[in-house]
Amino acid sequence: MPQRKVHPFGFQGRGGSPNRPGAIEVNRPYLCYVARVTETAPQRTPFYDEHVRLGAKMIPFAGWLMPVQYTSIVEEHQAVRNNVGIFDISHMGQLVVEGAGAREWLNATLTNNIDKLAVGMGQYTFLLNERGGTIDDLIVYQIGDQKFLLVVNAARTEDDFAWLQKHLCAPIQIENRSADFGGVAIQGPRLMELFHALFGKDIQPPPRNAIAELPFDRTNVFVARTGYTGEDGIEVFFRATDAVKFWNATLEKGKPFGIKPCGLGARDTLRLEMCYPLNGSDLSPERNPIEAGLGTFVDLTKPDFIGRDALLKTKEIGSREKLVPFRMKEKGPPPRPHYAVFQNGQRIGEVTSGTLSPSLNYGVGMAYIDAAHAKIGAEIDIEIRGQKFPAVIEKKPLYKKSAS
Amino acid sequence: MNVPDDLLYTETHEWIKREGENVRVGITDHAQSELTDVVYVELPKMDRQANAKEAVAVIESVKAASDIYAPVKGTVVEINKALEADPGLINREPYGQGWIFVLKIDNADDLKQLKDAEAYRKQIG
Repeated sequence: MPQRKVHPFGFQGRGGSPNRPGAIEVNRPYLCYVARVTETAPQRTPFYDEHVRLGAKMIPFAGWLMPVQYTSIVEEHQAVRNNVGIFDISHMGQLVVEGAGAREWLNATLTNNIDKLAVGMGQYTFLLNERGGTIDDLIVYQIGDQKFLLVVNAARTEDDFAWLQKHLCAPIQIENRSADFGGVAIQGPRLMELFHALFGKDIQPPPRNAIAELPFDRTNVFVARTGYTGEDGIEVFFRATDAVKFWNATLEKGKPFGIKPCGLGARDTLRLEMCYPLNGSDLSPERNPIEAGLGTFVDLTKPDFIGRDALLKTKEIGSREKLVPFRMKEKGPPPRPHYAVFQNGQRIGEVTSGTLSPSLNYGVGMAYIDAAHAKIGAEIDIEIRGQKFPAVIEKKPLYKKSAS
Repeated sequence: MNVPDDLLYTETHEWIKREGENVRVGITDHAQSELTDVVYVELPKMDRQANAKEAVAVIESVKAASDIYAPVKGTVVEINKALEADPGLINREPYGQGWIFVLKIDNADDLKQLKDAEAYRKQIG
């Protein structure tokens, strides 16, 4: 199988660098995991025509043509914080693992403890390499007695699938169902009103992190109470052929609640305010979940899983670096990936995610820095085009609902 | 998209307004609508000398940072300090209060290299 070449790409466009941005170019590859697939054109999700009709700016992302924004990142961000927004997440991968022993096998493959799940429940977890580095972060849902749905990052789908297949033992089967599914995330404080308008007054959404199959217009859809925004929300998966129908119904029924279609731009600012990691930026095969501050999703008391030995060692000797959230102290240029981090003139790390927070109206970001300096409240400097700007290490999340 | 007839343009989406020996420079309506949400402008230093196509300023939107180039060879003689407090002027008034800097040009003939409104309209489709 040909290796898909992926490249962690910062903000910079073609020819740019952290110190020299490059010319105005809007449809530049966005964020990370720009799949440099030269032989194949980016794929289109079932919503492609709807995005174009709505005037979205389409960009290549993880091998897909995705909307980065429709009107403005800030407007879309605010819609999700104050009302409700809908995102196309059809690019994400769906892998189905099934068969006698699937539970035990997944428990020895993923980091979180799958024994905590019952049918209809889901959990955030990691797929690690032997060195404890992150191949992918994903959500695993139990959808049957010995049947599990794995929702994985778009750019990782094929590699995850190949990796899992390589480690598979009979009679467990794994299927890549990504092409069969379309998906949307519906997120925001007005979710419940919209949910009832869509599914009926008497239907309840599943509880947090759970998944349910619900009837919608003569078909069934999977509804999970999950998201990537910090707001109440659901992620809905349906047959690709039902996708446009569901999209348009949601936009129509969402009108009274101020719904907005939202692109990858707002998805990134929303998740960063919550300090949710982005694989390829904040997570990588060279970084483990403990360094990333996500140890709660790793159960080291399990007898074995891939990467466990390496993580135990990390735990024992301590991480050399830690991922910390930070906020700029003054108005100024927003931090961006790959900017250097300093303390008292000494270089201590590098920014992995950064943006202007539309909720806080300050630059915010996350950076890997020397663990010795990773203290909440510590003052640091972010170097932007040769000049240092003061910032402070913060607690997670960077944005709290009550603070607004 | 608004492309005023009385301005000159660059391929990199700057507009240029001739003011005697000087030119005033900003980014076009098309450019601002593509960038959206301008959140920070790094202005050039006063008296800076720049060659044509040399990056002299940076505009940052939520999404990305973009270079702004000197359209012709010259010296920066005025900068729009108002953008420091209100970078959104670039979105609201790209051809007015959202101007970025004024360049004293070395050679007026250099302006012949720039695009007229017709050519720029063609470029952005």
